[in-house]
Amino acid sequence: MNRTLGEITGFVSTYPTGLPIYLIVAAMLFVLGIMACMLRRNAIGILIGIELILNAAILNFMAFWRFRGGLDTDPTMSGPMFGIFAIVLAACEAAVALAILLNLYFNFGSVEVDKIRQMKH
Amino acid sequence: MSTEAANIAFTGWQGANIAFWVITVVVLVSAFFAALSRNIVQAAFALFFCLLGIAGYYLLLGSAFLAVTQIIIYVGGILVLLMFGILLTNRPLQRDLPYSPWLYMLVCIAGLLLLAAIESVIMMVSWHQVATLSVPASDVRPLGKMLITKYLLPFELVGITLLLCLVGAAYLVRRREQ
Repeated sequence: MNRTLGEITGFVSTYPTGLPIYLIVAAMLFVLGIMACMLRRNAIGILIGIELILNAAILNFMAFWRFRGGLDTDPTMSGPMFGIFAIVLAACEAAVALAILLNLYFNFGSVEVDKIRQMKH
Repeated sequence: MSTEAANIAFTGWQGANIAFWVITVVVLVSAFFAALSRNIVQAAFALFFCLLGIAGYYLLLGSAFLAVTQIIIYVGGILVLLMFGILLTNRPLQRDLPYSPWLYMLVCIAGLLLLAAIESVIMMVSWHQVATLSVPASDVRPLGKMLITKYLLPFELVGITLLLCLVGAAYLVRRREQ
């Protein structure tokens, strides 16, 4: 289906802002998350980058679900369901990661990943 | 009643589309600061606005439940946890060490290349979209039904995983004797 640029961007109001725009926003979030993971020295900064990547992925799932018709064509709710499970698993991941980081801080006095070459004394 | 209302082709999307662009500005600016700000506390605050904006996206995409879940768990839970982590592990007001310019340049180039690759793929594909989209109906009832029928096993597994992770995390940070 070919849409005009106005329809895709949502500046023509007969259709909501289209799927490619959501995908581009999610791609930008993903790349920013990757850059944070590569650049940060503070391990919690890396965690923030991981959260950005996870959110980009969930946003992609939701956008694909919605623009295939959403609730009307897919009553199994695959998009939001995946989002909910991903959010719960992100909570698990954040809890365990912060527990490990606190242990690192107790042992090394720092959470700078450059200074931590091994997990044990 | 709500399904009848949803079947009517709805053309007044301008409000939602304006909201989309406002949210997009907020999300991208705050994500930029969350990813690249050297002050880690500032990054966490920027992540707060970013996650709120993404909850707005979920609302626009027709899942109010996921939006509320995002606010409660991400903003209310994970972000507060991150803040605790920052405040417990950072010496007060300490900034991240300055990045070496080479690393900074390398990361920026790699990021731009990755972004260009992904976006060229997005632009090349002609994405299939349904011709008319209805106004999203309430999604709480179908989500609840699906959680206890089709997705029952993943639901239980995720619950057990969450319990194990929380117990494991509490075990890891316990205060050791002597």
